[in-house]
Amino acid sequence: MAELRTPKLGGVVTYIPNDSNLIFLAGSKIKSFRPFVPFDSILIEFLIDISSELIKRPESRTYPDIMAFAFWCRKANINKLKKRFEDGLFRLGLGLVFHITPSNVPVNFAFSFVFGLLSGNSNIVRAPTKSFPQVDVICEVIKSILLLEKYDQINSMNAIVKYSQKDKITEYFSANSNARLIWGGDETIRNIRNLSTPERCVDIAFSDRYSFCVIETEALLELDERELQLLAEHFYNDTYLMDQNACSSPHLVVWLGKLGERGKKRFWPAVYQVVRKKYGLPFVNAVDKFTSLCQNAIDLDQIKSISTHGNLLCRILMDTLPDNMDTLRGKFGCFYEFDATDINQVSHIVNKRYQTLTYFGVKKSYLTDFVVQNRLFGIDNITPIGSALDIGIFWDGYDIVRCLSRTINVK
Amino acid sequence: MAIKSMFDLTNTLEIPPFSLNKNAKLELYSEAVQTLTRFHFENCQPYQKILNKIGFVLDKSHRLEEYPFLPVRLFKENELVSVDRSKIVKTMTSSGTTGQSVSRIFLDRATASNQTKALAKIASSFIGTKRLPLLIIDNKSVVKNRNSYSARAAGILGFSMFGRDVTYALDEEMRLDFDAVESFCEKHRNEDILLFGFTYIVWKYLFKPLRESGETLALENATLLHGGGWKKLFEEAVDNREFNKSLKNVCGIQKVHNYYGMVEQTGSIFMECELGFLHCSIFSNIITRRADFTECAFGETGIVELLSLLPQSYPGHIILTEDEGEVIGEDDCPCGRLGKYFKIYGRIKNAEIRGCSDIYT
Repeated sequence: MAELRTPKLGGVVTYIPNDSNLIFLAGSKIKSFRPFVPFDSILIEFLIDISSELIKRPESRTYPDIMAFAFWCRKANINKLKKRFEDGLFRLGLGLVFHITPSNVPVNFAFSFVFGLLSGNSNIVRAPTKSFPQVDVICEVIKSILLLEKYDQINSMNAIVKYSQKDKITEYFSANSNARLIWGGDETIRNIRNLSTPERCVDIAFSDRYSFCVIETEALLELDERELQLLAEHFYNDTYLMDQNACSSPHLVVWLGKLGERGKKRFWPAVYQVVRKKYGLPFVNAVDKFTSLCQNAIDLDQIKSISTHGNLLCRILMDTLPDNMDTLRGKFGCFYEFDATDINQVSHIVNKRYQTLTYFGVKKSYLTDFVVQNRLFGIDNITPIGSALDIGIFWDGYDIVRCLSRTINVK
Repeated sequence: MAIKSMFDLTNTLEIPPFSLNKNAKLELYSEAVQTLTRFHFENCQPYQKILNKIGFVLDKSHRLEEYPFLPVRLFKENELVSVDRSKIVKTMTSSGTTGQSVSRIFLDRATASNQTKALAKIASSFIGTKRLPLLIIDNKSVVKNRNSYSARAAGILGFSMFGRDVTYALDEEMRLDFDAVESFCEKHRNEDILLFGFTYIVWKYLFKPLRESGETLALENATLLHGGGWKKLFEEAVDNREFNKSLKNVCGIQKVHNYYGMVEQTGSIFMECELGFLHCSIFSNIITRRADFTECAFGETGIVELLSLLPQSYPGHIILTEDEGEVIGEDDCPCGRLGKYFKIYGRIKNAEIRGCSDIYT
C-alpha cells in the first residue's frame, strides 16, 4: 500500500506567493495543512495562551479593544462556546480560509483569525494595511506563541500578512481558498466576489448593515443617577466610538412606552455629558454632520423636530418611519428617534439589511418574539446597550464555526 | 422693488466700506439679518423647512451668532431660490472641490446689481475710483456664456467694470500672449495699471512661464488683485509671502492684494490689507466656530461662517463654509480699516474614517 500522502487541494502547493509586497506579521509560509476538528483541544490551548500573554502585556491595558479580544479568548469563554457547539456530529474544518479584514478597525482581523482557527482551518489573514499599535501588539503575541514547539502544526498552517491593495495577491489567495471571510462594504465585497475561487469555496460576506436600539421608558426612569450614567456610557461606546460607522452601531432609537418625552429628557443629557468629555469631532465631520441634518430637514416630511446639543449630539424625531429607514444613517452622533407603544409598530422597516438591535428595559423574549413572530427578514443580533460592538462566532446571522466546517454524514 | 419690506441697502451703499465700528455694524446687522432671514423663510420652502424643524423662532430677537447658517454644500444638492423663477437673470455656478456636483446660485436683478455695487465699493477703496487700464490674467473664452456664470467668469466680469482698455493676457490655450501683454505695458507705461486673475492661474500661467523663459515684464506700476483659493498652491508649498515675492521678481509688481470670497456671496468679498489680513466690509461679517458650533475666541482657529447683506434672491446671507480660519480682531487692525479682520487657513482637513464599512483601497 502506498504511504499516506498529504492531499493537495486543487493541485496547488504554493499557498503563499513570492511577492515583495507581502509582509508577514505572524505564522509561516503555508506549505501544507490538515484540517482540525473544530474546538480541538490544541486549538483551545493555543488561544488560552494568547489570551494570558496578551493580558500580561502592559501595552494591552492602554487598548480596550486588545483587552476585549484577550478576554474573548480566555478559557472560560472558549469552553462555553465549545459546549454550545457540540452536538454529537462529526466535523472538520473546510481547509484554507482567506480573511479579508477591514482596514480601519484594528482588532477585527484577530477575531476573524480565531474564528477560522477554532473552526479547524488553516488561515491566511490579511491584516489592516494602515498601521495600528493594536495590530502590532496582537501579532507580536501570536507570533511568539506560534513559535512554541507544541504549536508547530498550528504555526505551519497559518499566516497573518499585510499588503497594500494588490488585486494580484488577493486573487492568488482566493484561487486556493476553501472559504473566504470578507469584511467590508458592499463595494469591497462585489470586487472580491469577482475574483475566481475553487468551485466549493464558501464566501461569508459581512456587508453594510443597519442597526437600531430600543429603550423602554419606564425602566429608564427607574434608574438611579449612577446607573443612568453607566447606560449613557454604554450607549456612547456602541455609537460614538466608531463614529456610528460600525455596522452594529445604532442609527435609530425607538422609545417604548407612554413616557417617551420624559425618558428622552433624562437619557440624552446624560449621553451628552459623556460625549462632551470623550468625543473629538473634527471640523470636517462637524460640517458633514450638520449638512446632512439640513438635507434631512429638506427631504423628509416625516421629521417632527430636530434637536441639537451643540452639534455634538443631534436628534431627529420622526412622526412615522419610512419603509426605507435603513437608508437614513446617522454619522458622528446623529440619531433618528421614534415613539412607539409597541415594538411591532416598527416591524415594517426591518429588512435584510438589519443586523443589530440593542435594548434596554425590555425582556429578551419580547424582542425574539418580535423577530420570529413577525417572520422578519432582518435582525441577526439582539444585545444589551453597550455590547453592540462585541463580536462573536455568531455574527451577521452566521454560525461561523459551522459555516467554516464540514459535517460528515454517518449512517 | 423686488423685495417688499426688505431693509434698504441704499444707505449702506452710501457709506465707506470699512467705516463702521462694532456697535454701528451690530445695529445695521441686527435689523438686516432679521429682515433677510424672515424674507427667505417666507419665500424659500427648503429654507423654511430647515428653520421650522430646528425650531428657530423668527419673532424673537436673536444675537447675530444665533441665526441659522446654511452649509454651502446645500447649494449643490438643492435649488435654493427665494424669488419667482421668472425673476432670475443670472445663475452662477461653482464646482468647489467635492466631486462633480456644482453649486447653483440664482440671482435676480436686485441681487446682481447689489453685488456689482458692493464689489465696486470694496475694490475702489483699495485701487481708487478712477478706471485703470486692466490686464486680466485669463483667457477671453471663460466669459462667453452670459447667462450661466462660473465663479471665475463672475470674478472677471465683476472686476472688468473697474478697468478700461481691458486686455486678456492668455490665449485660448492658456498660453501667455507676450505680444499683447508687452504692447499693453508699453501703451500704459506711465500710468497706474490694474491686474486681475485667479491665484492659481496667475501662478501657473503668468509667473511660471515668465520664470521658465527668463523674460520679465514691466509691471512696476501695477496693482494685482487675485483670489479664488490657495488649495493648489499650498500643494506646491507656495504661500502668500512666496507668491508676492515671486511675482515681484519676474514683473516688479509691488502691490498685491489677495481677496477671499464665496460664490454664494459674490460681491461682498474680503480684501487683504497691506498687513496681510482679510477684512470684512460693511457688507459682510465673519464668525468662526468650534466643532460643537460654539463661537471661537479671537485667535482661535475654527470653521468659517460668513454673513453677507447682499443675497436677496436666495438664502445665502448666512453660510457655513468648508474653510477654516481665525479672526484676529475687530476694529483695531493697524491698517486702520474697521470691522473684523482674519486669516483663512484653507479647507478643513479630511478626517480618518472609522468603522467597518471599508473602502476598497
